[in-house]
Amino acid sequence: MLSCKDATRRMSEAEDRELALSERLELGMHLALCKGCRNYQQHLHVLREACREYREELTGGEEKGKSGAPAPSSGR
Amino acid sequence: MSYHAPYPQPTGEPAIIDNAFVEHVRRDMLAFAQLQLRDAALAEDAVQDALTAALTGGQEFAGRSALKTWVFGILRHKIVDLIRQQSRTTPISAFGDDEDSLDQAFDSLFKENAHWQPAHRPAAWGDPEASLRDKHFWAVFDACLTHLPKNTARVFMMREFLELDTGEVCTAAGISTSNCHVILHRARSALRGCLEKSWFLAGERPC
Repeated sequence: MLSCKDATRRMSEAEDRELALSERLELGMHLALCKGCRNYQQHLHVLREACREYREELTGGEEKGKSGAPAPSSGR
Repeated sequence: MSYHAPYPQPTGEPAIIDNAFVEHVRRDMLAFAQLQLRDAALAEDAVQDALTAALTGGQEFAGRSALKTWVFGILRHKIVDLIRQQSRTTPISAFGDDEDSLDQAFDSLFKENAHWQPAHRPAAWGDPEASLRDKHFWAVFDACLTHLPKNTARVFMMREFLELDTGEVCTAAGISTSNCHVILHRARSALRGCLEKSWFLAGERPC
């Protein structure tokens, strides 16, 4: 059984490489039983989405204003 | 090679790309480069090089959007080149004092058996979509990114902001794949903790 600490690491790695089937199963079993780690997974998804919006707001062309993300340089 | 503008542009610079627009793009580029490089002089150089290349390359642009996309593409390459050059002379280390303190903060969330301390077990974040529409959230997010230690930030930003795949990130940083994963996990955990403390739980504490 994975520890919560190992599970957080595996959730992070899942964003950077393809997990092996056995790794996915092990993580899935842990998440099924652990609310704290399911919440951690939600937080990683929010973080990724925030990075995407922030990046698009800075680098995008005429998409500006579509999301709520302000260009960080403005208003400083 | 040139972009085919839908309408013939007058000779010289199209009117839509005026100084004010270039200045606005430059500001966004500087913010982007500074977040990546954590070095004001290097960021300034990268932006200047990218803008010069974009504006003197004889390119024609169909509009502002096309110009911005083009210069950010050039800027991305400049930033990766700079990080690659620097990591040759000063290798990115996965372990330093700043990194130690992040790891200690992360370790303190767990009991000895590596399961969550009850007080630190992650709670569900309520309505994150609403947060992403709130300008105050973005100020907190910006502060959390800025607080990441330099090496951690460079690796994380290459992955999430330059959108390199993990292999390219590790190569540019000159580090092993396993160190790369350690650093990315550390960055995400630190950002998660920062957002939780400074935003998602900040309003819920009894006074």
